[in-house]
Amino acid sequence: MDNKERKVMLRLENIAKSFYARHEVFDAVSDVSIDVYENEFLTILGPGQCGKSVLLNIIAGLEKPTKGTVDFPASSDTTMGFVFQKTAVFPWKTVMENVELGLQIKGTNKKERREKAQYLIELVGLKGFENAYPYQLSGGMKQRVGIARAYCVNPDILLMDEPFGALDAQTRYQMEEEVLRIWQAEKRTVIFVTNNIEEALFLGDRIVLLSACPAKVKEIYIPRLERPRNNIDPDFLALREEIEANTDLAL
Amino acid sequence: MSNDVKVSVRNLTKCFGDLKVLDNISFDIKKGEFICVVGPTGCGKTTFLNLLTRLIPQTSGEILIDGEPADPKKHNISFVFQEPSAFSWLTTQENIEYGLRIKKMPEEYIKQQSDKVISLLGLDRFRNAYPHEMSVSMEQRVVIGRAFAMNPDLLLMDEPYGQMDIKMRFFLEDEVIKLWKATGATVLFITHNLEEAVYLAERVLVLSAKPATIKAQVPINIERPRKVSDPAFIEVRKQITDMIKWW
Repeated sequence: MDNKERKVMLRLENIAKSFYARHEVFDAVSDVSIDVYENEFLTILGPGQCGKSVLLNIIAGLEKPTKGTVDFPASSDTTMGFVFQKTAVFPWKTVMENVELGLQIKGTNKKERREKAQYLIELVGLKGFENAYPYQLSGGMKQRVGIARAYCVNPDILLMDEPFGALDAQTRYQMEEEVLRIWQAEKRTVIFVTNNIEEALFLGDRIVLLSACPAKVKEIYIPRLERPRNNIDPDFLALREEIEANTDLAL
Repeated sequence: MSNDVKVSVRNLTKCFGDLKVLDNISFDIKKGEFICVVGPTGCGKTTFLNLLTRLIPQTSGEILIDGEPADPKKHNISFVFQEPSAFSWLTTQENIEYGLRIKKMPEEYIKQQSDKVISLLGLDRFRNAYPHEMSVSMEQRVVIGRAFAMNPDLLLMDEPYGQMDIKMRFFLEDEVIKLWKATGATVLFITHNLEEAVYLAERVLVLSAKPATIKAQVPINIERPRKVSDPAFIEVRKQITDMIKWW
């Protein structure tokens, strides 16, 4: 692989995270080292409860690792956008107000931030819903608002924590196609966490498979499948079964 | 032949105000059959299931269980909701025993059922945990355990595994199949996930977009355990996908 040539945006070295309860220590992440390259779509795949979200929170700076380091070799002021597992859009704000929020906090003037937000609202397919409130939107549409909001601050790295976990299987397929279309239009480094092998395989340039808790890197897969990938193509299913066999069952 | 019919749905129609959700649906479920119901998002699958429990009244038509109008007081119907619905103030074990206590079953039987279900679901370590200490998927497994503990003669499941990782899903799907075979329960399982439907069902009912009608009934004659990469499996999955694809 030509990985040596590629710009490393994020470097995780020997990350471990433990939580301390009254009489016990709970290890959520154990010795994870990953390089993430510029503009790659990296999916982090792991069984339920394995510590995936903890790892993403560490990358985002929301949690401190117990051991190890998080580095941004490309630039010391690397910015990040976050799309949450549960649709964390503000119910009292319209689509437009939700999407422009990050820029507003940064102090960008209204004209500029509205233009940027409008572009992203259209990119995620919500044109015409600028003034709608979240309760007027479906689950898939709310998650589109979350994606547009994360993009709006123009982050170097986009972190997505199981953004489609709460959607039904069919809307999920639709959103997977959408997120690839958006990524292809606005290339960014994406770290996408999921527990869904099919989703990881449909989306990822590379797939980091984590073990059951405490999360360790079990394997990194690079699917040789052309996009758009077909989830009932025999090669796709074969790789899916290979990953499935290698995935821990988290009871 | 008619003795085999467990549930008989006749000309079922449901409107909410002007909105017609279900349009003249008729079909039978045989005793001990495992049926999956699929359809495009928003087609009325959940409404359909809610009608079967009599949680909401139908606009017209009828639902017969064992030849009598369906009645939750008379018929032993278990329901697993889409959203986990464990009682937040009860532990895993207390949740699983809840229905049995309401039915005033003997203590020994209650213990036996809850032990069986807890070990089948691998929840032993979480026997005394409360729902707030669990992930969404774990809570859902408690609810599934609660439904099975009742030894129902009709088990209705509304997309219970939507949130779970695939390994867990197949594990629990295999578990459901095992329980279904062992108990001879009649199961109606609703899902958006066409692969799941083909994996589980003896027969798949395909609903149309709203107002839902029965578009097709597809028998699945693939031997178990089924394999998603089996060409016969892919063929049926593709056939059903083509019937409802909207995305």
